[in-house]
Amino acid sequence: MDIGGINLVTLIASLMVAAVPILLAAIGELVVERAGVLNLGVEGMMIIGAIGGFIAAVATGSPFLGFVGGAAAGAALSLIFALLTQVFLANQVATGLALTLFGLGVSSLAGQGYNGIKPPPTPDLPFGPLADLPVLGPILFSHDWVVYFSIAMVALVWWVLKSTRTGLILRAVGESHDAAHALGYKVNRIRLLAILFGGAMAGIGGAYVSLVRVPQWVDGITAGAGWIALAIVVFASWKPWRALIGAYLFGGITQLQLTLQAAGSRIPVEYLSMAPYLITILVLVIMSSGRGRAALNAPAALGQNFHASR
Amino acid sequence: MLRLEKRPNPSRFWLYATPVVAVILTMVAGGLLFALMGKNPFAVIRTIFWDPVFGEFAWYLRGQLLVKAGPLILIAIGLALGFRAGIWNIGAEGQYIMGAIVGAGVGLAFYPTENRLIFPAMIVAGAFGGWAWAMIPAILKTRFNTNEILVSLMLVYVAQTILAKAATGFLRNPEGSGFPGSRNFGNYPAAANPDLIDGSGLHWGGVAALVVAVLAFVLLSRHALGFQIRLAGQAPRAARFHGVSPTKLTVLCMGLSGALAGLAGLFEVTGPAGQISIDFNTGYGFTAIIVAFLGRLNPLGIVLAGLLMALTYVGGEMAATNLGLPAAAIQVFQGMLLFFLLAVDVLTNYRLRIGAGAAKAGAR
Amino acid sequence: MKRRMLLATAALGLTMAMGGGALAQGMDKVKACFVYVGPIGDGGWTFQHHQGAMAVQEEFGDKVEIAYQESVPEGADAERVLTQMALSGCNIIFTTSFGYMDATNAVAAKFPDVKFEHATGYKRDQPNVSTYDARFYEGRAVMGTIAGMMTKSNKIGYIGSFPIPEVIQGINSSYIHAKKVNPDVTISVVWAYTWFDPAKEADAAKALIEQGVDVILQHTDSTAPLAEAAKTPGVIGFGQASDMAEYKPSPRVSSIIDNWGPYYVKRVGALLDGSYAQAAAWEGIAGGEVLIGEITDAVPAEVKAAAEKMRDDIGAGTYHPFTGPLKKQDGSDWLAEGQVASDGELAGMNFFVEGITGDIPQ
Repeated sequence: MDIGGINLVTLIASLMVAAVPILLAAIGELVVERAGVLNLGVEGMMIIGAIGGFIAAVATGSPFLGFVGGAAAGAALSLIFALLTQVFLANQVATGLALTLFGLGVSSLAGQGYNGIKPPPTPDLPFGPLADLPVLGPILFSHDWVVYFSIAMVALVWWVLKSTRTGLILRAVGESHDAAHALGYKVNRIRLLAILFGGAMAGIGGAYVSLVRVPQWVDGITAGAGWIALAIVVFASWKPWRALIGAYLFGGITQLQLTLQAAGSRIPVEYLSMAPYLITILVLVIMSSGRGRAALNAPAALGQNFHASR
Repeated sequence: MLRLEKRPNPSRFWLYATPVVAVILTMVAGGLLFALMGKNPFAVIRTIFWDPVFGEFAWYLRGQLLVKAGPLILIAIGLALGFRAGIWNIGAEGQYIMGAIVGAGVGLAFYPTENRLIFPAMIVAGAFGGWAWAMIPAILKTRFNTNEILVSLMLVYVAQTILAKAATGFLRNPEGSGFPGSRNFGNYPAAANPDLIDGSGLHWGGVAALVVAVLAFVLLSRHALGFQIRLAGQAPRAARFHGVSPTKLTVLCMGLSGALAGLAGLFEVTGPAGQISIDFNTGYGFTAIIVAFLGRLNPLGIVLAGLLMALTYVGGEMAATNLGLPAAAIQVFQGMLLFFLLAVDVLTNYRLRIGAGAAKAGAR
Repeated sequence: MKRRMLLATAALGLTMAMGGGALAQGMDKVKACFVYVGPIGDGGWTFQHHQGAMAVQEEFGDKVEIAYQESVPEGADAERVLTQMALSGCNIIFTTSFGYMDATNAVAAKFPDVKFEHATGYKRDQPNVSTYDARFYEGRAVMGTIAGMMTKSNKIGYIGSFPIPEVIQGINSSYIHAKKVNPDVTISVVWAYTWFDPAKEADAAKALIEQGVDVILQHTDSTAPLAEAAKTPGVIGFGQASDMAEYKPSPRVSSIIDNWGPYYVKRVGALLDGSYAQAAAWEGIAGGEVLIGEITDAVPAEVKAAAEKMRDDIGAGTYHPFTGPLKKQDGSDWLAEGQVASDGELAGMNFFVEGITGDIPQ
């Protein structure tokens, strides 16, 4: 299926892979923000996950343990954020930015000496003859386990938030922490768990970049993916399935601009590389135009610290 | 059991003590980090903090502190005004780039004419470039309620692409054998921004930073607009009743911070950097956010914070060359500084109390 | 501060004058300093420069002290680092990226007794500034020959960094020599707008592979394109700047290795024995600056023989990669039969040769 010299099937298959890091980070941040916390340190957690996962994979020889290591590293860094915002009641925006800076620095330090090393490879899941189906084969049956994991996490988060008590409590904390506290829920503890979850997801996303996408470790390898993930959460109106669409859209456009170049398209390169960001802005505007924050579905207590006075 | 109790009024003592305590804690933690890396912690701390100001090459390095601090202070002051009002301009880096491009473009358009009005024109153009770039998130926020953090951030990436296009395309030096990069402003006196006192590191950008700091201080403490900014940040409802228009405030704060960032970009490209090149931007827009917080969002504090940050950069470079300290260690150091500041800051608004918190009626 | 500098240079000048002729004086010990644009662990451009620095240390032992700083941004920071290095006693400073050009010349003006060597630049405003470069296009000729013979889809791909003369030379040289052995071959160029960004390079390689390209040439410095090529059987690539040996025997079937050691040793040696003079060096295979990495067994014998012959002919000087008849992309004549492109034409090359579709971004 070719359009303008570009094979649509391979494009969709590759955008699913390209979107995995930002999808994982976005779904994690979505949970965090639903609990009422704005963590701008996603980039820092992703890159810590990238180096943590890389070191774990190289040291143990197992890519799976690499992803576990990435999740652990991301969660550990997010613990600092939790400590500062939940216990020390620091400003969430500033703390998130500091987290990014710190994460970038620590990852670079930890990564000294890991430049140029090849990590153990993560193979595609063997679906056998299913992978040879004409259209569905490459799109649905030719990926590694992390791609399927990311989609599964979206489904899990959606189900938990919508249909379980845990999800309800989380959303209550995000909408009005004072009311939740009055009802007897431990606001800070719930937020802590949410923050740790967000950190772990971002960490796995980062590990995917260094273990599968590239795969290599270099300083700054995530190249701003964490910020894109934040944008996707807003784009998705804090709804999990929309986050999936947003991530695939962004991944698709980024992949498309290189594919267009390779196919010999005459659109100037610079406009193509600007396109993903401009389109994100456009979508953000459309999503939020004309209506207040309540209609946008943003958690009402987003960004405000909670301090129990009794 | 320790618990925090909100103070009725912020503690004046802790307001001033917090940065000092934070710096000391960072030095201790940083020293531990350096020791873990196998370096002598005292030698490193001395190289970073003492040598640039009093050491062997201080006569050169002191000027470099001003070179690094100037743009940081200029941008941070603009950001601080916005942050105080609850307006989060995270895209200062993009406004910095656009200011440099527009300002440089105006200057290069006049090449090789010599006229005393060219540099002032470039200054206006640079401020305009940054202002216009900041207007995009401002208008999108006021008209469509779009989050300014994300829009201004996305625009940073767009600005970087435009910079690459400028360096390889529309601003490229026609006499440069096809290589990317604009003409060097060092060779164009009417548009150059050299040190005012040779070797001092003080160029027009540094002067502007100090002037803006004083103006901003006066604005915040004495002017009605400053009062509105502070009110909007601390008590948005009360501000509304007072008649502060959130739209006007957003546009004003974003515009001001954008213009200042653009100015910083213009001074930097005509001075220390010298030309428009593909990676001309070095993250000042983001570091300035940290400087703003370090300076407690107060213009005079920002001047000191800017100098401190510059010290970590310049000293850090010396440590990298002479002691083999990886550049990333300085980033970690700066991150830790901000962490400690944010953590210790809690004591400004809350009191530490020991004992189980007994329930009090209506203790809000 | 100005006074200090004046005194220092005056003192130095006096010693030199008394020594009887400034440049004729050798030195007992040299401090050679290196400014790197990336980390030494990048496995590419900077890694190779550092190998050259290590070669100097090995050659001269105690007579040389090496100092370096990695990941120095271009611009004002570079000027400061260079000044610091000059102040701390460096006798010769190698600045290993094009973007350091203005900083190198500016600092050289302030420190006339320190030698500056700028890689891939063209400005020598001061007498103590020399430039050096390598004829990478000669290596591309060999790679292009292998590419043309080994491609099965007749599509080869080139990941370009920036549209500057050096990269355009590479694209042209690769295409000309692929076409010589395979008249049906076409080349697709993707511009990454970076020298080193593994994620972007991997994406670019993937985009090319999806278009049917089965040989990838890259002007960017990471191993990411090779890693991407390894995922698809039948796609081959080449090591860039360094050997990238961990991808042998395939997809890396050969490589262009930047070998700066001989040049660095030559220059530091000249400083030690007093024969140093300003230079504008542009060596290639003949001078040993461009090495062709091992051609693996994944390459059939006759292809390997052709590639090696190309390498030897260029090395012996009997063949120049840009020899006519050649036309420009727009159809106009460029080189007549047997005519060879001049260094000047190459240094300012801003056009593709006939047969390459696509424009050079302006």
